[in-house]
Amino acid sequence: MIAVALLLVAASATAAVATRDPARQALVLSVLGVVLAVLFTTLQAPDVGLSQLAVGAALTPLLLLLTVRKVRRRPRREEDPR
Amino acid sequence: MNRRMRLCLVALGGAGLAALFTAAFLRLPAFGGDRHPYGDRAVRAALHRHTANTIASVNFDLRAFDTLGETSILFASVLGCVVLLRQARDEHRARPEPADVAPPVRRYALLVLPVAVLTGLYVVAHGQLSPGGGFQGGVVTATALHLLYLGADYHALERVRPLGAYEAGDALAVSAYVVTGLAAVLAGTAFLANTLLPYGTFNTLSSGGTVPLLNAAVGMEVACAVVVLLARFLDQAVEIEEDSGK
Repeated sequence: MIAVALLLVAASATAAVATRDPARQALVLSVLGVVLAVLFTTLQAPDVGLSQLAVGAALTPLLLLLTVRKVRRRPRREEDPR
Repeated sequence: MNRRMRLCLVALGGAGLAALFTAAFLRLPAFGGDRHPYGDRAVRAALHRHTANTIASVNFDLRAFDTLGETSILFASVLGCVVLLRQARDEHRARPEPADVAPPVRRYALLVLPVAVLTGLYVVAHGQLSPGGGFQGGVVTATALHLLYLGADYHALERVRPLGAYEAGDALAVSAYVVTGLAAVLAGTAFLANTLLPYGTFNTLSSGGTVPLLNAAVGMEVACAVVVLLARFLDQAVEIEEDSGK
């Protein structure tokens, strides 16, 4: 059980690094958060698992997505030199 | 400092870290054992003070001062975000258009919202009894409120979220934590010592002395902090626009 959870963590962490598009990366990060929560629970640390689920799977991807949206919405003229 | 120097510095620091890490790990108890010197002592102390959840006992009783530090870190970082993400002079607010929400999304979000808020409050309230506590429950409650943004729209969210009240609640909760600690000093013991209140009956909501109080203070602080933080990010993402022409 622990080995399966560890393998899942390794796989999703690699996927998060390999994804280049920030919006997709946020989603993969959320999956990684859920898998990490599973790992912590199998290691008998439900407290840490619960915080990981709340912060890693929900809060961090949400903040990332909002940031990506803000950056993308910026008008294109930022690119020309001042 | 050129590239070579920097590489040498990194290698030196990395080697030192690796050596210290290895030395520390050699003295650790074996993985998966059922005996752990610190764990045994923590469980004994928690049982002595009638706190069913040993983690809560460690966080809010044995290491209450650590938790005060963590709470202050969260408070300071949210304060920093509020300052950094304020409306700048060359930006203006645009009212976002109400967006169309797909009916299944709306139904699901509005159905889950009360359940999620209640779950968060439950996790906060039972922090001293079962896994969870102020931090976890606070985050769940705060993120659950934002289902309203998914299910309805930004207006509805702003109506249930008077931001000033949450900012005040954040500060109040941190002060409540410090005041609970100072009350112990006034009673003649050490700062944040858990000797003030009766320990109560084991495994009931009011057991554990000051643990439930500190737990609730942290829950309120985290919930308010996350709401304020998300509100600032949402403002930036949805409402505040840079002026295009100068």
